[in-house]
Amino acid sequence: MAQRTPLFEAHVRAAARIVEFAGWDMPVQYSGILEEHAAVRERAGLFDVSHMGEVVFRGPKALAALQSLFTNDLSKCADGQAQYGCLCKEDGGIVDDVVVYRRGAEDLLVCVNAGNRAKDFDWLHGRAFGADVQNESDAWAQLALQGPLGSQILQKLTSTRLSSVGTYRFTDGEVAGVRCIVARTGYTGEDGFELFCPPDAATKLWDAILDAGASEGIRPCGLGARDSLRLEMAYRLYGSDMDETTTPLEAGLAWVVKLDKGDFVGREALRRQKEAGLSRKLVGFTLSEPGIARHGYPVLQDGKPVGTVTSGTKSPSLGIPVGLAYVPAALAAEGSAFHVEIRGRAVAARVVKTPFYSKKK
Amino acid sequence: MNFPDDLKYTREHEWCRLKGNRAVIGITDHAQEALGDIVYVELPDVGDPVKKGESFGVVESTKAVSELFSPVTGKVVEVNDPLSDAPETINEDPYEEGWMIQVEVANPAELAELLDAAGYQKFIEDEQE
Repeated sequence: MAQRTPLFEAHVRAAARIVEFAGWDMPVQYSGILEEHAAVRERAGLFDVSHMGEVVFRGPKALAALQSLFTNDLSKCADGQAQYGCLCKEDGGIVDDVVVYRRGAEDLLVCVNAGNRAKDFDWLHGRAFGADVQNESDAWAQLALQGPLGSQILQKLTSTRLSSVGTYRFTDGEVAGVRCIVARTGYTGEDGFELFCPPDAATKLWDAILDAGASEGIRPCGLGARDSLRLEMAYRLYGSDMDETTTPLEAGLAWVVKLDKGDFVGREALRRQKEAGLSRKLVGFTLSEPGIARHGYPVLQDGKPVGTVTSGTKSPSLGIPVGLAYVPAALAAEGSAFHVEIRGRAVAARVVKTPFYSKKK
Repeated sequence: MNFPDDLKYTREHEWCRLKGNRAVIGITDHAQEALGDIVYVELPDVGDPVKKGESFGVVESTKAVSELFSPVTGKVVEVNDPLSDAPETINEDPYEEGWMIQVEVANPAELAELLDAAGYQKFIEDEQE
């Protein structure tokens, strides 16, 4: 049976539509994906992301151990700051993409994807020499409050001065009487916060935020809107856009691969791949004709399959078909043209700049 | 949920309204609700043949692609073209403005094999159990 978050009953009470995702019974939508999507872009939305996992590194060797397993450079991450990056295998394949919350050099929380909870813990625990590594995934619930009015809503519930918490920074705080990690992070491209709290307080926090945001038009949101929001930003989704057979360089994540920071698992393979040049790259594209490209559809050049679509939808904010695809490096430049095979038909596509969507100022 | 008595229904959640020898075809209220926001529709052209039980097009929601299955055999004589620019009409008004195609029916006796409103309602209740 699929696992349930502490908010499952709240979702059912709110008549959310529940689907199984990565082994979890999760709300895919409440009122509707388009409405929830628009609420996050224009006002605020609240997501249950308690299915995400948390692995914590502690002790004098915590920082060094995690540095040796992480592609980004945690020496450049201050205490109270978060950093995005990848865990890689020796061959450069991506074990997971994660956000590390550096509470201190001896206390780092790694937020991992739901479907990778057990795999990541085994991977990290087995290689974190000298550090105390704990799987705290069941000890944390996680709520994401996202959207331009999110900060205004959250400020009603906390004495923490949110204006002093910068992007990708976090602090310990109390929200609606619940002790939380209050982090200015997210997966939507909007300003917002992710709150890590004890599971038994999750429903209280959830209800308090929805009440506090009622006057701002807050909406509870499901995984459907989470996916369309992240795709408009071209944020990669593990399992769809990347996995153990793709490297961060191919996935367009070179900006979180710091080859000069010192040794880490996968560094040599990634260095070699960078020197040799990439044979394929993940690109953002739009279709030049009506249609929707979906995960798994072939990318065609001169009628022959040369790549694969990894994510696609009709952008709710822009009203145009958008997607991500692995294509040969020769087709990766902005403006390059190829076709996507949709139900046997070759539909014209071209590479465009990402993110597809730019936040309103 | 609404299932008009004057329609016939398929187990794939299409409806069909017979006007003379023309069948007007769309998807049910239950289907549009289950699909969620419909953002794309692909329909046949006028003159194309359709066959009972076979695919005549697709509807896509934000998340998924679903095939459309014809309740009858015949030839497409009219297509609801405005749907291509306003596919949300299918969510808003599945039985009237959200109709998809009209088919000249080859064998009207085929319609007898479809479900009536009560039969369809029972079918989806059983399906949900």
